[in-house]
Parts: sequence; structure tokens; C-alpha cells
Amino acid sequence: MRLRTIVAAAFAALMACNSTARADEVIRVGLIDPMSGAFSVAGRLGEQHFRFAIEKANAGPLAGTGKRLDLTIYDNEVSPEKSLTMLRKAIDDGVHYIVQGNGSNVAFALSDAVAKHNKREPNRAVLYLNYAAVDPSLTNDKCNWWHFRFDADSDMKMHALTDYLVTQKDLHKVYVFNMDYSFGAAVERGAVSMVKDRRPDLQVVGVERIPMGKIKDFTPYIAKFQAAGADTIITGNWGPDLSLLVKAAADTGYKGRFLTYYLGSRDVVSEIGIAGKGAAIVGVFYDNIDQPLVRQWTTEFEKRYDNTFGSWTAITSMMMLAESIKKAGSSEPLPVSKAMSGLTWDSPLGPITMRGENHQMLQPMFVAALDTGMAHVFPDVPLGFRGIGRIEGKDTAMATTCQFPNAP
Amino acid sequence: MDQLLLILLNGLVYGLLLFMLSSGLTLIVGMMGVLNFAHASFYMLGAYVAFSISTLMNFWVALIVAPLVVGALGALVEQYGLRAVHKHGHLAELLFTFGLAMIIGEVIQLIWGRWPVAYRVPESLDFPLFSIGGTAYPAYRMFMMGVSLFMFVVLYATLARTRLGLVVRAALTHPDMVAMLGHNVPRVFTMVFAGGCALAGLAGVIAGNAYQTDPGMALALGAIVFAVVVMGGLGSISGALIASLIIGLVQTVSIGLDMKLSTALGRIGLHVDGITALSDVWDISINRAAPVVPFLLLVIILAINPRGLAGSRSS
Amino acid sequence: MRTISHTLPWVIAVVLVLVAPHVFGSGFSISLLCRMAIAAVFALSFNMLMGQGGMMDFGHAVYLGLGGFLAMHVMRAADAGWWIPTPALPIVGAFGGVVAAGLGGLVVSRSTRTAFAMITMGLAEAIVALVLMLPRLFGGEEGINADRSGGPPIFGFDFGSPLEAYYVIAFWALAAAGLMFLFTRTPLGRLSNAVRDNAERVGFLGYNPGRVRYFVYMFSGLFAGLAGGLQAINDEIITSANIGSNAAGAVLLMTFIGGVGTFAGPVVGAVVVTLMQMALGTVTEAWQLYNGLIFIVMVLWAPGGISGIILAHAPLVRSGQARRLVPSYLTVLPGFVAALLGTIGLSENAYRLQSIRGGSPPGGSIFGIPSDPQTMTPWLVSLALTAVGLWLVARTAPRARAAWLEIAGGTQA
Repeated sequence: MRLRTIVAAAFAALMACNSTARADEVIRVGLIDPMSGAFSVAGRLGEQHFRFAIEKANAGPLAGTGKRLDLTIYDNEVSPEKSLTMLRKAIDDGVHYIVQGNGSNVAFALSDAVAKHNKREPNRAVLYLNYAAVDPSLTNDKCNWWHFRFDADSDMKMHALTDYLVTQKDLHKVYVFNMDYSFGAAVERGAVSMVKDRRPDLQVVGVERIPMGKIKDFTPYIAKFQAAGADTIITGNWGPDLSLLVKAAADTGYKGRFLTYYLGSRDVVSEIGIAGKGAAIVGVFYDNIDQPLVRQWTTEFEKRYDNTFGSWTAITSMMMLAESIKKAGSSEPLPVSKAMSGLTWDSPLGPITMRGENHQMLQPMFVAALDTGMAHVFPDVPLGFRGIGRIEGKDTAMATTCQFPNAP
Repeated sequence: MDQLLLILLNGLVYGLLLFMLSSGLTLIVGMMGVLNFAHASFYMLGAYVAFSISTLMNFWVALIVAPLVVGALGALVEQYGLRAVHKHGHLAELLFTFGLAMIIGEVIQLIWGRWPVAYRVPESLDFPLFSIGGTAYPAYRMFMMGVSLFMFVVLYATLARTRLGLVVRAALTHPDMVAMLGHNVPRVFTMVFAGGCALAGLAGVIAGNAYQTDPGMALALGAIVFAVVVMGGLGSISGALIASLIIGLVQTVSIGLDMKLSTALGRIGLHVDGITALSDVWDISINRAAPVVPFLLLVIILAINPRGLAGSRSS
Repeated sequence: MRTISHTLPWVIAVVLVLVAPHVFGSGFSISLLCRMAIAAVFALSFNMLMGQGGMMDFGHAVYLGLGGFLAMHVMRAADAGWWIPTPALPIVGAFGGVVAAGLGGLVVSRSTRTAFAMITMGLAEAIVALVLMLPRLFGGEEGINADRSGGPPIFGFDFGSPLEAYYVIAFWALAAAGLMFLFTRTPLGRLSNAVRDNAERVGFLGYNPGRVRYFVYMFSGLFAGLAGGLQAINDEIITSANIGSNAAGAVLLMTFIGGVGTFAGPVVGAVVVTLMQMALGTVTEAWQLYNGLIFIVMVLWAPGGISGIILAHAPLVRSGQARRLVPSYLTVLPGFVAALLGTIGLSENAYRLQSIRGGSPPGGSIFGIPSDPQTMTPWLVSLALTAVGLWLVARTAPRARAAWLEIAGGTQA
């Protein structure tokens, strides 16, 4: 009994010291991503982005509301199995908002587990805010009410990419090259069907999937591109599977254009080096977007963490969460989810909307190519992205098959 | 014609790369019987050490010094760790290297960080050497092939043709006898392990800049090196070379085949399209299955002959 | 007396299993307990091969995975209206495991030792790759999922809540452990020991060692598949990651850390390693380094695993001689504790330093003691503790060992 009094007194003293936090209600956000092992770089980068985004959300929409977001980290080693145990831990810790982005396999496991948990224990419900897993199924046939996606899904990205392809009349033969897993297959499906639909004169000369992370030497594949006469490569590859591919192309003098999803990552760009010039990316952000607030944030982030700012969806997810909490006047997941569904927020890049039918964010999308002489460049390489195409958020909406099985 | 030449050349390059990656392991598994799970970690270490040395001095210094550093580390590991474990049997040795791999992986991240490091091909080798049918061949690839062949020649000559090789091989089968003849058997083992680690380190020096030096590179190497070593036959350097070349060629050729499995089987008179329950299987194109090929080969070869292609002993 | 000493561990196990979720009642703890139970079954099945049969299987997770996939498909069928109660799913998993191992065993059971280890590794690699190429059967990367509460309720339980699932898993884990224990007493179990120790002599006795290995392999696959069924109930999702080399490596660690020499060893290992993998990471960033260090220390100084240590002391405790060991063991303790604290200090500071370089606020503390890795003091203190500790251990350990040898030798004589 005495011990408890002492602890309570100490706690009270601690709270009193931290005067800004005194009256605040703490809303816990749990980031479940790889924090150790070979893939930890992705999780750590996510952590930095979310710390930054939460700071902005607390100083922005939540300022003066008496509520603030607080981040807790859970290491899942990109294993679906460990993610489920970490979800349990997060729920024990009183986390109501789960954030995850690395690995569609983890995303499916979490989305499914969150739906089941919320059905079984509705009074301890959690929301799952997905900031980077882009398999279209998550907001289509496997959608559920408690999952919200802030990145554009791979079909939307492909749609934006074909918007750009329509304007590029000098490209004639395209090779679709992906990693052999659900995401790679989704990119492949989207690429083949959309290219056929929207630029029928563009010939798909090859479709190929390679096993993830198993190929060291990409030269035989480059030889296939050459043999097929491809002048454009569409690829959803990431990490070494992307950098080794582009490097092998440069080494063997292959001149085709790479249209990618994940070239924006610093490790990939610095691995490829100057050979990456001209390669393009499609996504919801690129580093040289000409907007004062974004530029200010980018600079601030890079100064603080000595890392490239890239996960724009960390900002949008935390801002939208804060706006939803404000709108709902509550920090409980159910009212917040209702507030978030269909919510529009005026982001620095233009209005963005969390689509009510499938909880997929509609936001401006960009095509950008690596170029020299840019204001912002990657460390070690004098390249930065130059915007070459923009699609407004409302134009990115695609038909969805989502019927929420568990809408409240 | 150009296409065929290109496929053969690419197969040869990949095969020799595999040999380079697995030669150190062949030595350790073959001569000491230790399934060294830390092999890939020593390979990774070689790349990182070479990165640091080449930033301080240059690539050529790294090429010589980095393998020596990794080899020295291997000697320490053998002398103060593995030797103590040896009396508990092969399983304990294997598990020791398992733990070692975990530690090396973490320590590398602590020293060099979680991001890939900028370890680059030296400028003096960064140019296209020749070109076939529009595909340029970088000089560095030829250099890699050269180093790999050099490793084979040195290893083969040392083990098969020198007195040292004789002592090493004898120490494995008859340690007491060799000790009786006045040789320091534990030191022979230390040298073998250090040599194997140095070879792994050398592979890291050579491959780290051609590909990517990051904390995941040990993991990415995976089980393929074991497939090479075992398929070639334990303790056989030439077996390992043959296995590497077979895997390299078969895999490169299958990358070039876009045919579906059902079509391929149809060519040889088996029409399987009707069996729709397995349509997922028939839809696999051969190029997608390419990376499975080494492991299927391994299983088939071992199922036929547990000694592998050229092994002198089964375990 | 004999029956008591045989049944007592089982009674304790049953009581522990029943009581555990009420002592550690949080969702996380129950999730951990389930994982421990599943890992224990899996590790026991692995030890049927490794410890009792002398077969090092690098692809054992394949049977857990395939059993799990089959159970998951049946769970889906139950969701769709078939009358299959959730608690029966582990039987389905076991069936999947035994069939798969029956096929796999045809390929591998002729080989021994290194060749056996390597052929299982190759087979596993090939199967994992194949699983990813057959999305209709295995769901690709995301795996396949189902709802465990979708089956018919039994006595009003739908097994949706974590606690109900725990009791299903715990029941099967105990049952499987019991059956595997009985297996060691069967002629086949005894024969597998004999084949491990000297296959040639078994051959001379008229048994075919290859066939013995084959049947043991099948039984082991059966229990691995049962563990897969339990996994299906626990996670309600099975993915290719459950089949892969990570899962196969983890079971090796469990079995070894627990100890291959005793029946209960793998169970102890499953509990300890699950804690290390799932819980240590929530306390410290350096957990993978600690995992590796603990592992190396175990291999070097306790190759019999945790159960080996216990086994070495159990007779002394029983005969009351253990008390005599206490003084000499106590002399080792200060050095050990100092070395431990020093190592923790070094590791934590190293990781902390890395975080600070990555943008975390400077400073830090270890066990509440302020420790700023950007200053020299914490490093020097940790280094000194480690060095002094190791020196002390090196000085005192031989005497403790001698004491044990003397007393243990005395009891045996």
C-alpha cells in the first residue's frame, strides 16, 4: 500500500514537471514494422516519419483539443505470425490505432486479425491505418471496415502511369518485369490490362516474374529485354531487386526507360548512382514537389534524422487521424472510423479524401523522373526527381468490388 | 548465334560466381565436416571490411587485406570457439556457427549502420570490355571470372598437389596418426577454417561492389551455397566447380525459356491441360521456376547418390 | 514409487497449463502461451528425429506448414457450413503432416547425417518456392485465412475468444506430448535410438535402418502437422513464412537450448526461445544480439541444454548433496553477474548510440541508471565490468567444476 502511494506521488510529480502534458489525453498509436534484422532499415525509417508526423499532428489539428497522439514501436520482423502477437501486445498496451506498411502479407494478416478482434471484443476495438501496403485486394475483395489505406494501391499507380504513357508517343514496346509475389502479380495484371486498354498501339513484348531477392545477376534478363526490343520496362521491384536490375542495365549498355514504383528509396538511388538518370517513379509524393510547407518539412526532417523524407503517407495518415478525432469529438475507434470514412482534408498537395466505399485514400498522384540539376538531390548522388505528370485525386478513383462485411 | 553465345557466357559467369561464393564453404565442410552457417556472414564481413579499406586507401589494397582480416578473424573463432565445441560433435559445431552468424549480423549493423554502404567497383575496371549482339560486357565481370578461376586453381593445386594438402586430408581421416607423425593437427584445422573464411571474405570483396553491400546480403545468399557444396560432393573442389557450372548454365538457360510447363510437356508428348486441378502447376512458366532448379537438382542427385557428384565420402 | 515419479511431471504440467492463463491473463501473455504450446509440440516432434533418431532435419517446418494449410482449408470449409468443430482441426493437420512426410520420407530416409541434413534442406527450399507459385492452393504471400469461430459450437463454445482457443491448443499440446512420450517406449522408438547409435548393428539384427528412419520420419511429420493444425487455430492464418527456413531454424534453436538428451528438453527450449523471440524484443533493441550470445554461451559451456544442467544436478538435489555445492557455486556468481552486466552495458550503449545517430534524443539509461553513450564513462564502466567479470569467472569456474565432479562422482560411486 505504501509502495503504491510512493509510486503514485512520483508519477504525479513527473506529470507536474511536464506541464504541457498534464491535462492531455494520450492517444496511443502503435507502429508494427520490422525494427530488427535485415529489413530493419524500412521500419526504422517508418518510425522516424511517424515521430515527425505525430509531432506535426499534435501541433496542428490536435493543438488545444487536450488530446495528443503518442507513438509506440512494435517489432514484427516482417513476419505475419509475429505481427499477430505484437497486435495482442499493442491491444494490451491500450493502443487503439495500429500503423503498418511493410509487406502485403503482414497487411493481410493484420487486417483480418483486426476485423476478428473487433467483432469478438467490440469494446476494445482498434483501427488499422495502412500507410504503404498496396495490394489492391485490401480495399476490394478483402476489404473490411477497420482497415484504412493511405497510399495509392498498385492499380491506381498503374492507372496514373498509363495516363503518363498515353502522352509518350515515342515509346513502342514495353516489358513488364516484377517480383514473384502477390504485389508483383498485381502490378503485372494491372500493367498488361491497362496498357492494352488505354494505349493499344503500345506492344507488351514480355511479361516476367522473378523470385524475390534470389537473383544476383540480372544480366540474362537484360539480354531478354534486348532480344525483345523493349524500350520501356515497367517494374514494381524494390530494394536490391530494383537497384541490381537498373545497375545491370547500365553495365550492359541497355538504354530502355525504367518506369518504377519504388525508385524513391534512398538506398536504391545511391546504389544505382548516376545511371539512374531518366528512370521514373509513380506515387503520391516525390522529393522536389514545389510547395513551401512540404519543402520546409522535408528540410526539417532531413536535418533532424539525416535521412531522406519520403513516406508522405505517414503525414497524411496522422493528420487525417487527428482531423477525424477532432471531428468525432472522441478518441474511440468506432466514432473515429465513422468520421474518417469519407473525410476530406486540405493537404498541402491539394484536397485528399478517404473514400467511403472502400477506405482507400484518393489523393493527387505524380509521375517524376530522376534528373540532374534539381534543388533537392539524394545523398551521394547528384540526382533528384523532376515532376513530369500530375493526376488529381478525384481522377484516381477506380471501380471497387468492396462490400464491407462488417460496417457498423 | 549471338543469343546462344550470350546465354552460355552468362551461364558461365553465374556458375563461376557461385563457385567463388561457395569455395570457402567447400573447404570447411569438406575438410572439417563443419556445416558452417556463418559462411555467408564471413562473406558479408569481407564486403564491409573491403568497403572501409577501399574508402581509406583503395580497392587493390582491400582485395589483399580484407580477406586476410576475415581469415584472421576466422582463425580466432576456430581457436577460441569452435575447437572447444568440437568435442561435443558436429551438431554443436553447426549450432555454434548458427549463433555466430546472428552475432556477426548484428555487429555489422552496429558498426556500419542499417543502410547499404557505398561500396563501388573501382574506376579502373568500370568500363565495357566487349559487346555481343548489343549487350556490353563490363570488364569487372571478367575480372570476377578471373578471380574465381584463380581461386579454383590455387585451392586445387594446394590440396591435391602439395604436402600441406596431403597433411590436411590425412588429418581429417586419421588425426591421431598425423599427430603421431609430428604434425600439429589442431593448427591444421585452424588454418583450414581461416582459409575457408578468407575465401568467403574474398568473395565478399569481389561481389560486394558488383552487387550490393547491405546487412541483408548474408541472408540473400541463402542455401544456394550449400546446394553447390553438397551437390559437388563433400571435400571435392572440382566437384564444387562442376556443380556451380551446371547450376549456372541450367538456371541461365531456363531463364531464357518463357514456355509454360504444360506446353513444354506437350512438346514431349505429355498433354496435361485436361488436369485442371493442377492448372496452377501447368501455368508456371519455366523461367519462373529457374531458381528452384538448383534445389531440385540437389535432391535428385543426393537421392541417387548421397555422395554427390564427385564426393569421396558421404558424411 | 516408480509410477509416482513418472506421473508427477505430467500432473505438474497439466496444472501449470490450466493455471497459467489465469496468472498471466493479458492478451499478449495468452498469445505467448499458445505459441509456447505449439512450439513445444513442434520441437518435440523435431527431437524425435534429431535427439532420438540422430537425423538433422533442416526442412521440418515443411510438415508443420503443410499440416497447417490443410487444417486451414478444412477450417474454411467449416466456415462455409460443413460440420467440423474447431477442436478437431489438429487431427486434420496431423493427417496432412503424416501424408506429406510419408512422401518426403521416400526421398530423404535413405540418406544419413550430412547428406540427410542437406537433402532435407534442398527439399524444403524447393517446396517453399513451389508453395509460392501455387496461389490457388496456398494463397501466395498473404497465405490463407479462416475464422475459427465459424465452425459448429461445442457445449456453447465457439472458440473465438483467445482463452477458449488457448484451452483447445493446450489440450492438444498435452495430448501430443503424451503420445510422443509413449512413442519413445514403443519398439519403433527404441529402434530409432539404436539406428542413431549404430545403424550397422541394427542392420545385422535383421531390421532395415532405412525403413526405421522412414517410419520415425512419418511419425515426426504427423506431430509437426498437428502443431500446424494448432497454429491454424491460433493465428487463423497460415502463410508461406510458416514453412520457410526461419521456422526450421527456430525449432533447431529451441530443441538445442532445451536439450536434446531428455524428453522434456525441447519443451523447456520452446518456452525459453519463444520468450526470447517474442518478448525480449519488447524490452530491448539488442535482443537479436543477446539471442546470438546466449546461444554461443550455451553451445560452449552447456551443450546439454537447460535440461542437461538440470539433469546433472537432479541426483545431487535428491540425495541432499547439492547443499555442498552452494559455496563453490556462489564464488562464481559475482564474476558471472559482473560479466553479464558489463555485456548488457556494452550492447545497450552500442544500440543506443546507433539510435542517437539515427535522430533519437541523446542520453539514455540502463536499468534506470543514467548512461549517455556519447560520453566515455558508461563504456569504460561496462568494459571494466565485463573484463573483471570474465577474469573472475575464469578463476573460479574450475574450482566449481571440480567440486561438482567430486560430489557427483561420489554419489555415482
